[in-house]
Amino acid sequence: MQWNSVSEFFAMGGYAFYVWGSFGVTAAVMGIETLVIRRQRQELLRNLRNELLSEGASS
Amino acid sequence: MNTRVIHWFKFASPQNFYVLAGRMQPWFTALAIVLMAVGLWISFFVAPTDAQQGEGYRIIFVHVPASQMSMFIYLVMAAWAGFGLAFNTRLSGMMASALAPTGALFAFLSLITGSLWGKPMWGAWWVWDARLTSELILLFLYLGFLALQSSIDDPRRADKACAVLALVGVVNVPIIYFSVKWWNTLHQGASVSLTRSPTMASTMLAGMLIMVVAFWMYTIATTLARVRNIILDRERHTEWVKNAVE
Repeated sequence: MQWNSVSEFFAMGGYAFYVWGSFGVTAAVMGIETLVIRRQRQELLRNLRNELLSEGASS
Repeated sequence: MNTRVIHWFKFASPQNFYVLAGRMQPWFTALAIVLMAVGLWISFFVAPTDAQQGEGYRIIFVHVPASQMSMFIYLVMAAWAGFGLAFNTRLSGMMASALAPTGALFAFLSLITGSLWGKPMWGAWWVWDARLTSELILLFLYLGFLALQSSIDDPRRADKACAVLALVGVVNVPIIYFSVKWWNTLHQGASVSLTRSPTMASTMLAGMLIMVVAFWMYTIATTLARVRNIILDRERHTEWVKNAVE
């Protein structure tokens, strides 16, 4: 391992902004995409159940 | 002799694929998480400092996988779209639509991480270089696909229009890939130079390959989850969805 201290690790040899920016934006995009899909599914299921309930009530 | 026949077209029905995708999705998610953890560990703690670029080169571990995925996803998306046009299967269009947003995000990530890499190494966030410009066009193709799809109300007609767009846009993928050979570009050629000391190249290469596979697994897991949403939405008036939801 080439890091002598935690602060050295976070400094990334002076490239901290570029390296952490790249990894950060990638992690953020992947996290948000996963959350959005999960929320879409929950919303879809809720709407479908509501539709079913209203159909059952009207017939 | 094995006489067992696999009925591949069974899974071409959205109903069956919905179940299959639901079963496969957790496995790909788990694989993505494990591989990404290993890949990140190698990226930061195993791969050594680069002789020329110092620690700045570590951007490679997200830039290369994101860029590769942006191109591969386009090819897979176009293949599904073409398959849908040829065989008129409903699932194909749904798969193409499920892949497009993830492809667009990877094209976006490729440009952003490339820009974050270009600034310290080239001194510029952006140059109108052949590689960068063709990747930007790829992002626009994805955005065009998504815009076209949301502008046509009938999903089956949207699938056909988008399939044509996806197939025409395929021409851009080899242009991106060979751009560094065809033109004099600022963008470096090979991702990993084998002329450096072999031990360095091997851990860097291993880290990069593991990240590439991790991004693949992420893409498959995400696409399966999204296609399940699309199937539920488009088949909302069928009996099986009603039974599945209850």
